[in-house]
Amino acid sequence: MHDVSTDPALHHHNPPTGFIRKWVFSLDHKVIGKQYYALALVSVFIGIVLSWLMRLHLAWPAWPIPLLDKLSAVGAPSGVMTPEYYLSLLTMHGTIMVFFVLTNAPFAAFGNYFLPIQIGAEDMAFPRFNMMSFWTTFLAWVVMMASFFIADGPPISGWTAYAPLSAVGGDAGPGLALGQTLWAISIAIFCIGSLLGALNFISTTLDLRTKGMSLARMPFSSWAWFVTSVISLLAFAVLLPACILLILDRTAGTSFFIPAGLILSDKLQPHSGGSPLLWQHLFWFFGHPEVYIAILPSIGIVCTILPVFARKPLLGARAVIGSMIAIGFLSYMVWGHHMFVSGMNPFSADLFSVPTLIITIPATILSLLLIGTVYGAKMRFTSAALFCLGFISVFISGGISGFFLAQPSLDTVLHATYFVVAHFHFVMAVASIFGVFAGTYFWFPKMTGRMMSESLGKLHFWLTFIGVYAIFMPMHYLGLAGNVRRYSAFVDDYAIALIPVHKFITIAALLTGAAQLIFLFNLIWSRFRGAIASENPWEATSLEWSTSSPPPFDNFGGRHMIVYNGPNEYGVEGAQDYVMQTSPENVSAH
Amino acid sequence: MGKLFSAAVIIITVISVAIFVMHIWWLPVDISTTGPAIDRQLDETMVGTGVLFLASQILLAIFVWGASNTSSSRRAKNFPGGARPIVAFSIIIVGIEILTLTFVGSKAWGAIYIEPAAANALKVDVQAEQFAFYFRYPGPDGQFGSLHPDKVDDGSGNYFGLDPANDVAARDDIVVGSLEVPVDTPVALTLHSKDVGHSFFVRELRLQQDFVPGLDIPVHFTATKIGRYEIVCTQLCGLGHYNMKAYLEVVSKPDYDQWLKTQAGQ
Repeated sequence: MHDVSTDPALHHHNPPTGFIRKWVFSLDHKVIGKQYYALALVSVFIGIVLSWLMRLHLAWPAWPIPLLDKLSAVGAPSGVMTPEYYLSLLTMHGTIMVFFVLTNAPFAAFGNYFLPIQIGAEDMAFPRFNMMSFWTTFLAWVVMMASFFIADGPPISGWTAYAPLSAVGGDAGPGLALGQTLWAISIAIFCIGSLLGALNFISTTLDLRTKGMSLARMPFSSWAWFVTSVISLLAFAVLLPACILLILDRTAGTSFFIPAGLILSDKLQPHSGGSPLLWQHLFWFFGHPEVYIAILPSIGIVCTILPVFARKPLLGARAVIGSMIAIGFLSYMVWGHHMFVSGMNPFSADLFSVPTLIITIPATILSLLLIGTVYGAKMRFTSAALFCLGFISVFISGGISGFFLAQPSLDTVLHATYFVVAHFHFVMAVASIFGVFAGTYFWFPKMTGRMMSESLGKLHFWLTFIGVYAIFMPMHYLGLAGNVRRYSAFVDDYAIALIPVHKFITIAALLTGAAQLIFLFNLIWSRFRGAIASENPWEATSLEWSTSSPPPFDNFGGRHMIVYNGPNEYGVEGAQDYVMQTSPENVSAH
Repeated sequence: MGKLFSAAVIIITVISVAIFVMHIWWLPVDISTTGPAIDRQLDETMVGTGVLFLASQILLAIFVWGASNTSSSRRAKNFPGGARPIVAFSIIIVGIEILTLTFVGSKAWGAIYIEPAAANALKVDVQAEQFAFYFRYPGPDGQFGSLHPDKVDDGSGNYFGLDPANDVAARDDIVVGSLEVPVDTPVALTLHSKDVGHSFFVRELRLQQDFVPGLDIPVHFTATKIGRYEIVCTQLCGLGHYNMKAYLEVVSKPDYDQWLKTQAGQ
């Protein structure tokens, strides 16, 4: 009997022809990947503008900022922002950057586009789920952005939305009525989109690998997306119910996070029995793995790209994959290090501190293996290669400060200071974004069929690399000196001495942010005017370089790819110094 | 391009480390009995991680410098010994660092957060609210009055919700806006919040502890230097968060007794 379930002809779908099905509600993972990238790109520029506004206010609080009163007449009368509007911008900067940029760009955007191609599949396992996950994420973005345009403005409770500030409603302050509700609804919707995406990534990786593509032969980027999707599935599955409980506390009169006897705006709140620490536990049980959701894909991207330009295999391929899995596994045991001084049982401090410190072992292994890969190489210094090298440097700089913050005893002086701001921006934001930049310069030719401008790319690298150090390194000094974060102004004698440092940081942030316009220009210009890209312009080995640029609708034009080699075959003897994964010739083991 | 990268990494690394080493911006003076252990822990971490930071950035710079030589006469080389020495090095060196920091650091942590306050410690009740701290001393009877949230009235100065009409212990409670303590005397605070999460941070005491609504959180210290120090809120608590502060006044024992007498007489 003919088995319909395994007949490839029945699984094949033809490319859509209408604009809506082709570009808007597309089932094609490549279009969905680009949609995620576009959403992240719009979001990152919003995030940059928000950070500019905050930085300007911190350095020159009395200066009116042009047009700011147009955005919010209440939040910034005549252009000078109120303390609460500063906190609104702070909340939105963190939320937009963490969720809509750092989760979307390295994982959802590049993962969607390249995971199926790198493993030789025609599409994701569930194309319809895939479309739903993007549009769900987009809906979350619209709901989040809507809070800018309501009378009360966005919430002021930070991206961590600690209860009961976030739970009791408008009595706690501006932005905490409708704005906070929109925030919680948006994040809940975002969780649904991410869960759908994670399921899809896991199924695709496990079920759709082409013949010969064993797990051990998957490129490092695909490994990273796979590990990240497992982390994502478990993390967002906790944040989603947490957000629902928060919404219930806010709208249905429940008291999951609100204890009895609270008095806000001179009113005794009608709640009893809840625990503010419960929110912190649920939030950080998601929140710490989220850090790895942001950074692991970029680690995978750099591990994939660096060997291409070093023209030699990545050092310690198995140790790299093992380290990524170890980091993913440990990421669930460390959330309490955000809560050392939160009032949880002080005996639990070591329990969270030791696994946190242990994570530095796989992180050190990864960093040193990347450095060891550069040893003795004959490097091609393209923009993508420079961002890979920059990644190694900033990842080390951000990781080092983790040694301090992982220790409960040092949290007594460093918690909630700019030292923490420096740490997480380096290791989670800058490192992750460097991976995204490397990925963009590397994969743009494949995604569009055109090369990006290398001179603009290098200019962008230098301004960004020096810029991020100028912004974030001084924040360590501020933190050591006791400068508290999340303050909209520094009003006492103690902090006023530190304002010159803030001015330096502000200038660096303005310039570094402006340098990103070079990147944006390069993207748009190269899309239309860039040199035509060949199938494999970088002489790379993985499967996406065995198909046209850009790939056809079904990725390989009806061919069924067969894989004979791992992705790491660089620097081999012969006419060309690399072996494609699809090349049937034998390769001597390294 | 590669040599430029190496130079940039070296310059950035050297400047960054120099500013740390020169202590241009550093922790303020320590004024508590538990602070020296924290400072020692910070110094040890700074040296250990500083060496790792310098070594890895410089190694990166050196290797990139070498990799920028692409002359055709040179053959690409692999890292001597492969990945194994790197993995072993990471596990052993970082492992030792972790064990040392944990064993030493646990003691510093325990002295503040796990050891209970001395039995004779001066007891002060601290309330945080948007956007102020209030401090309550038990008064001559040594007893704190009980709290009634429904009686809280900031307008009449009843920040804690005392009920002096019916509660004898509450009648002599002293409620003030700054924390006055005698030098070299153990002080035991009980932190509670009226509304949302706040935090109690005194940089010079090397002490930070959140207020959690619904919980009474004990914390203790002994101040060793007379002076006036800032108490700041470090947990985002609303629009006035940046301006939520009070002062810790460490005074001599006779001055403290005099202050207490004056307060009790009012």
